[in-house]
Amino acid sequence: VAGGTGAGGNDVQWCFSQVKGAIDDDVAEADIISTVEFNHSGELLATGDKGGRVVIFQQETENKCQPLSRSEYNVYSTFQSHEPEFDYLKSLEIEEKINKIRWLPQKNAAQFLLSTNDKTIKLWKISERDKRPEGYNLKEEDGRYRDSTTITTLRVPVFRPMDLMVEASPRRIFANAHTYHINSISVNSDNETYLSADDLRINLWHLEITDRSFNIVDIKPANMEDLTEVITAAEFHPHQCNTFVYSSSKGTIRLCDMRASALCDRHSKLFEEPEDPSNRSFFSEIISSISDVKFSHSGRYMMTRDYLSVKIWDLNMENRPVETYQVHEYLRSKLCSLYENDCIFDKFECCWNGNDSVVMTGSYNNFFRMLDRSQRRDVTLEASRESSKPRQVLKPRRVCAGGKRKKDEISVDSLDFNKKILHTAWHPQENIIAVATTNNLYIFQEKVN
Amino acid sequence: SEALFGEAEPETKMISMEKAEEAKLKAKYPNLGSKPGGSDFLRKRLQKGKYFDSGDYNMAKATKNKQLPVASVEKTEITGDHIPTPQDLPQRKPSLVASKLAV
Repeated sequence: VAGGTGAGGNDVQWCFSQVKGAIDDDVAEADIISTVEFNHSGELLATGDKGGRVVIFQQETENKCQPLSRSEYNVYSTFQSHEPEFDYLKSLEIEEKINKIRWLPQKNAAQFLLSTNDKTIKLWKISERDKRPEGYNLKEEDGRYRDSTTITTLRVPVFRPMDLMVEASPRRIFANAHTYHINSISVNSDNETYLSADDLRINLWHLEITDRSFNIVDIKPANMEDLTEVITAAEFHPHQCNTFVYSSSKGTIRLCDMRASALCDRHSKLFEEPEDPSNRSFFSEIISSISDVKFSHSGRYMMTRDYLSVKIWDLNMENRPVETYQVHEYLRSKLCSLYENDCIFDKFECCWNGNDSVVMTGSYNNFFRMLDRSQRRDVTLEASRESSKPRQVLKPRRVCAGGKRKKDEISVDSLDFNKKILHTAWHPQENIIAVATTNNLYIFQEKVN
Repeated sequence: SEALFGEAEPETKMISMEKAEEAKLKAKYPNLGSKPGGSDFLRKRLQKGKYFDSGDYNMAKATKNKQLPVASVEKTEITGDHIPTPQDLPQRKPSLVASKLAV
């Protein structure tokens, strides 16, 4: 890992770097952040919101000679990716909310990303323009046509520098392939195809072709009354272009090999932790529903997030995870009220650091958790305006589950369940993290002495 | 071998906590079905965004950010005075505002 970074967790002290977004408490629905994603180099950071807008930030290193110098992310481009629609045939509202953004690896000067709402995926090209042609023969600089009778000589137009302009244009629109709501998109390592998954089906697309896609998973039962499980997330393996996984609302993960057959309804591997049926409660299935699945960078492991825990699975072992981490175990005694206020259905995401040694996921009260696999330690941190002085080191937070509350601890009943951190992202190489609260984006960095 | 950390509870305590919470929920909602992850719940989820028709959808959008007026007896409101036309509906699509993250 470049620059000796990558050891996250508790040896690293995290400092506030930047916060983006408005301070006011009255949050417009459109400003709710719905996805956060670094590109492959970490130079660009994209966010999507409920209003269908994408904002891209670019990292600017203060001092290129010092590898660990403080770098800031500033607005690079912003555009309206999706707009609200209404399906008149089915009387269904199609929200403009951006569910996921995935970057394509960079092939040339331009950057490409896929953004999706519930029904339509779009490929956006983000390109820079820093020069423009000047010296046309037939036109003035402002565009007016010159009187041709006044032209006595010819000149060759030349490119002259101009202020940098970043343009975003939709290059492909992949529509009409999903009856249900898209929850995931994942670019294949072959850089030619990608998958999109909705509640019941997964489709395979070619990036160049918009008028057709191949259905590779279909779990819709013949009779909808028999429906017991939906697809919650899907991802391609980072290196093996034939392999992908999808998770379900019943807590299982299926690994599929596209070489086995055209329709991957039969999994190659089924990852499921056994459970004693007598231990099941009303909540068991709901809290086992997997809200996110992510392969490690190495491709050897995958991580799943369910309501209360994060699990690390070895792809070579299907019958149980190799590691389980409690995210907020103190919520187990609050499941009744969390069901009543719908919080039990919140979909938290999770992410790996660059060298797969630490994983991160969000929680309530604007807390987020860093789980260090190699050091066997974990820490709870908070994204708040109170801890946002420049380079302020984040203090670990503790939640008191019951009994006597120690000083500096917060009791479970005081947690704000409206302040959820659902989306987080980790820079692919450095210890820089992006944490989204409801409508603000926090950027934290490793403390540099 | 499995590693558990965070504030992990022994399994028996976990189950009894969940069952206690379940009992609480059933006490509040005695008609609650026993299969929460079952087809009813999933089918409801798949129906997200469903409206009766486009008129229903447009009315919902128009009144989303407004306080719905409380029916007051004092007002002498005349209904059926005229047939509303599309122009009468407070339907103007708001102009696209830039994200506050981009400020």
